[in-house]
Amino acid sequence: MVKFVETELNELKREVDQMWSLVNSQMEQARDAVINLDKNVAQQIIVRERRVDAFELKIDSDVEDFIALFTPVAVDLRFVLAMLKINSDLERIGDYAHGIARFVNDTGAATFDAGLMEELRVKDMFSIVLDMLAELQEALRDEDPVKATSVLSKDDQLDQINKSSASILSRYAKENPDAIPFCLGFAGVFRKLERTGDHLTNIAEEIVFYIDAKVLKHTGLKDA
Amino acid sequence: MEKIEAKDVNFYYGDFQALKHISMSIPQNKVVAFIGPSGCGKSTFLRLFNRMNDLVPGARLDGEILIDSRNIYAPGIQVDELRKEVGMVFQRPNPFPKSIFENVAYGLKVNGVRDKEFIAHRVEEALKGAALWNEVKDKLNASAFALSGGQQQRLCIARAMAVSPSVLLMDEPASALDPISTAKIEELICEMRDQVTIVIVTHNMQQASRVSDKTAFFYMGEMVEYDDTKVIFTNPHKEATQNYITGRFG
Repeated sequence: MVKFVETELNELKREVDQMWSLVNSQMEQARDAVINLDKNVAQQIIVRERRVDAFELKIDSDVEDFIALFTPVAVDLRFVLAMLKINSDLERIGDYAHGIARFVNDTGAATFDAGLMEELRVKDMFSIVLDMLAELQEALRDEDPVKATSVLSKDDQLDQINKSSASILSRYAKENPDAIPFCLGFAGVFRKLERTGDHLTNIAEEIVFYIDAKVLKHTGLKDA
Repeated sequence: MEKIEAKDVNFYYGDFQALKHISMSIPQNKVVAFIGPSGCGKSTFLRLFNRMNDLVPGARLDGEILIDSRNIYAPGIQVDELRKEVGMVFQRPNPFPKSIFENVAYGLKVNGVRDKEFIAHRVEEALKGAALWNEVKDKLNASAFALSGGQQQRLCIARAMAVSPSVLLMDEPASALDPISTAKIEELICEMRDQVTIVIVTHNMQQASRVSDKTAFFYMGEMVEYDDTKVIFTNPHKEATQNYITGRFG
């Protein structure tokens, strides 16, 4: 292949990988901020959100340039389209980390009820999200569609934890009326993590589309 | 409905085998593009459809080529009759050293048409069909050489279309033209598909993807892949095809 085209494609992949690491770090810190109710960590996430946004714009622009200048076809076209969509998904995940940080920053609560935390399984939810992020990053690096699809079933676990969190928080709010504002804000954290799972599912589908030219979207074939 | 069928075609220039076991069907009123690196056999294959290789010393064909289910290499086939049905446009415009009008009228006259009114009507129709009429209607008696390269190529298309062929072969018809003339030729190809089946050889990948319904990729005398153009340019099934269209060849 023409070397400079290969160089452009590799550079694009490297940028998306860097964006990925940045978003992964934001989500890891969001976990720490929530579990320790650490407003300092939350502040760091809020500040770094601008970097995520800037990175998204840079990748968008580079993809546009590549399409305009090199008119890619076949696997190259699928690659740049996948990078464009993955970039957008990563930016949304970055937004969710930012939203979670805002909750920690704004909440009046000083500590969590340990029993409630255990029952809500918020740590598990963060673990699953971070595992999915790491495994998909590796799947893209290795161009491994099997690895990409293997994370799809984990999204169901996120859905289940999110679903049960609503009733647990509702019950807790009834028993502790003073905690109603906290419970409402905390429910948002679960929704954001659940939505993160949806975006990670999209990313897995984009990786498979790029490598195997298979469309998994809207097929219900999570095991394909 | 199939317009052209090639059945296990092998073609030789002396000892050199230029085409190897090619079988394909070209549907009626579709545009089919042949792509592949230089020397892969795509032009040789194209030229078999109107027997342009017949006079090449040492050339030999095995297999069958059928147009409208008739073997065009069968004994008794009149080559001049065949070429009325199968027109051709070449890489470089090759107008005759005659007037614009005479260039387009030439095929009709050679085929014995004497009705001047009919000839004038067909010339106008063909020039309109080639999107050239408005540019030349006031200078039909001027030399064809006075036209620009792009206009000359459209004149050659008009000349080929004047005898109402059912197949038009185009061997890199826009490779010597500027982008505006190229766009006009491509537009013509899209418009003419209602009247003729078009087979085009091109080195321009974007041209193949823009104008053709189906694309065949040739390499070293073999037809590696033949499929809908959308498939070839989004998800080709053969690695060699993907490598070629993405520039990873060699």
